Amino acid sequence: MSCQCGCGQDDAAKKEALEKVFEQYRGTKGALIPLLQEAQEIYGYLPGEVMQRIAAELKVPFSKVFGVATFYAQFHLKPRGRNIIRICQGTACHVRGAARVFESVSEKLGVGRNETTADLRYTLETVACLGACGLAPVMMVNDDTHGRLTPERAAEVLEQYK
Amino acid sequence: MKSLMDKCCEKCFHSPSSPCQDYIKCRQQGPLCHDDENCRARFKEFLENIHLPADSSRRQVLICAGTGCTSSGSRKLVDALREELARHGLQDKVTVKITGCHGFCEQGPLMIVEPQKVFYTRVQLEDIPEIVASHLVGGQVVERLLYVDPATGEKSLTYETVPFYAKQKRLVLANCGHINPEEIADYVASDGYLALTKALFEMTPEQVIEEVKISGLRGRGGAGFPTGMKWSFVRAAEGDKKYVVCNADEGDPGAFMDRSVLEGDPHAVLEGMLICGYAVGADEGYIYVRAEYPLAIHRLKIAIAQAEECGLLGDNILNSGFNFRIKIKAGAGAFVCGEETALLTSIEGNRGMPRPRPPFPAQKGLWGKPTNINNVETFANVPLIIRNGGAWYAAMGTEKSKGTKIFALTGKVNNTGLVEVPMGITMREIIFGVGGGIRDGKRFKAVQIGGPSGGCLPEEQLDLPIDYESLTSAGAIMGSGGLVVMDETTCMVDVARFFLNFTQAESCGKCTPCREGTKRMLEILTRICEGQGKEEDIETLERLARVVKNTALCGLGQTCPNPILSTLRYFRDEYEAHIRDKRCPARVCQALLVYTINPEKCTGCGSCARACPAGAISGEKKQPHVIDISRCIKCGNCMQKCKFGAVEKA
Repeated sequence: MSCQCGCGQDDAAKKEALEKVFEQYRGTKGALIPLLQEAQEIYGYLPGEVMQRIAAELKVPFSKVFGVATFYAQFHLKPRGRNIIRICQGTACHVRGAARVFESVSEKLGVGRNETTADLRYTLETVACLGACGLAPVMMVNDDTHGRLTPERAAEVLEQYK
Repeated sequence: MKSLMDKCCEKCFHSPSSPCQDYIKCRQQGPLCHDDENCRARFKEFLENIHLPADSSRRQVLICAGTGCTSSGSRKLVDALREELARHGLQDKVTVKITGCHGFCEQGPLMIVEPQKVFYTRVQLEDIPEIVASHLVGGQVVERLLYVDPATGEKSLTYETVPFYAKQKRLVLANCGHINPEEIADYVASDGYLALTKALFEMTPEQVIEEVKISGLRGRGGAGFPTGMKWSFVRAAEGDKKYVVCNADEGDPGAFMDRSVLEGDPHAVLEGMLICGYAVGADEGYIYVRAEYPLAIHRLKIAIAQAEECGLLGDNILNSGFNFRIKIKAGAGAFVCGEETALLTSIEGNRGMPRPRPPFPAQKGLWGKPTNINNVETFANVPLIIRNGGAWYAAMGTEKSKGTKIFALTGKVNNTGLVEVPMGITMREIIFGVGGGIRDGKRFKAVQIGGPSGGCLPEEQLDLPIDYESLTSAGAIMGSGGLVVMDETTCMVDVARFFLNFTQAESCGKCTPCREGTKRMLEILTRICEGQGKEEDIETLERLARVVKNTALCGLGQTCPNPILSTLRYFRDEYEAHIRDKRCPARVCQALLVYTINPEKCTGCGSCARACPAGAISGEKKQPHVIDISRCIKCGNCMQKCKFGAVEKA
């Protein structure tokens, strides 16, 4: 499987990183979720082969790994963009117009919820609450939180993420 | 000696491998473990230079680095301020410190100049030179950055006089915004870990539990179970291995108090867990934090490492024979994991689905062992109770709900942010007193309390004293304490649909009432909002809601009908307007709106026609335009584009 994230890092390096993670968690109870989190950190998403490798490592059925990976919102089975946009849809944001912010960003990027732009630059997601309700409406791009958004400003902010 | 936690002199024998019992007292009061007068004098001098929240003679600038202020750009201010101070040769005289959340995120980035307690709001990079030159060098306060009360227009010089803070009683939040959360010494300097030493050396585990029982502390996660009683169950449970779990999976839309406590005062949570571990007989703890809170996870990791380094976590803590370790588990994004049995199964590495209780986690919890689960805020209350005594705590609040509670006040209110108030205060005092009333002079309509599992309370209920029982009887719940204020422009049917949309998406699907019930209720609500409501819908909704409430497996399902039931109870007329008159009184539900152009205001500029994607607007140049209702898709673009306010919706 070749690298799809555009980072140029080759498969061997990723595999090696994954093996290191396995070593770190060997013998730890309840390691499945942290393993999936770390694997996703390395690959950007969870390719089927990686999940199979995790199942073999933990000696659990693949169905269990797949079941856990699809249960939680954090795990992704398809490649994602370099920049993850998460638009808050919490109550405070909702009453202050988060829906319009979402529409404006979605229109600008030409993708819908949980979709990635064709150039893999952005992935657009919504999140139930970012806990920055005082600044509603809010969105998070990667680890940066942007608050007091207007539909226009939200679209502008995205420009700085290449 | 560079930090309060370092050795004070050669005679100081404290090290994590051979911890001294008086370590914490020694750090707070000067060396107790040896009697070198010189060392004492030096240590005293050092202590005086440490910032204490109450009064400090040293000049300090505190900059908030919580998620709110960071997003408003506070990180850049720190470096700029340090540079500017160095330019004036003040780098040794004025300390620049980052702190956790002050709770007044609305006005961020926030800056406090101590010891005068001057409170600057919305500080920008350009303001730094003026603050340094005028205030820190010249002693002249920069007036234009002071907080202005929107109601009276008065300026507040210090944070103590800002109405938002003046009306609160900040106990759990006392350190937030005043100490550096990434520095254990700051926490120790403000009496941190004193409660732990008191518990370990002066009290038996039973006495600790008794003290918590006397305090009347109830679980701050929402259900309000008496904390002391829960601890005594875990203590009494049989098992050689027990766990303490901190629930920091704050998933409620509109609540962020746990995040702020973790970011602003992480050691208080660790200390609470340590005391709990000692009381119930556990030696291992987990903190289950949402992955959406990267800063909280980062600060917790630092706090745990520092506490381990100082011998306050690990084996043989302070030479007492008590062992306790804490691990962080990052959640993976599932609201249902806030439910205790789901949270535990998630730590074990499974799909986070709840299971029926009993057995309660106190008997059979993590990996089948007795487990004590409390919320972040509950743990943060514990050091205060042990330090000041249960009776002190019980003196605050109402008969059945003691102490203070933190609320996240958001929505259409002037002052949004974190508010800590004594239990028993009325909703009106919070919204109109601390919160400063409704934005833009609009009318208050409802307050949503308790997140997706809570309810909407109308104007008539504003004088209700806030405690667990009265909220439940009014159809809401304390929940995590999210308060979302809504004004006349909020549609209550739309709000109910919003919450159902959330709970439907977050239902784990294990039990039928929740999986199917939420879906059907959401379908009905969506239909009503889209103008397709039927006469019998209200009755069906009520019946469904009752069934789900009574038969769902866990808290998520049992409480998810609350938004529907409470809006039906207090705002039934809005449902009826949607269904019978096909009208949305708050003008929110798109499908029910009719856009028209007021010919008296229209100048015929044509910008509305250009913005209309459906080509529904026509008219001559410089003549009033008209909207063809049959072609209008109700997107509202025309209204946004019109500079003259000529487009109206009804």
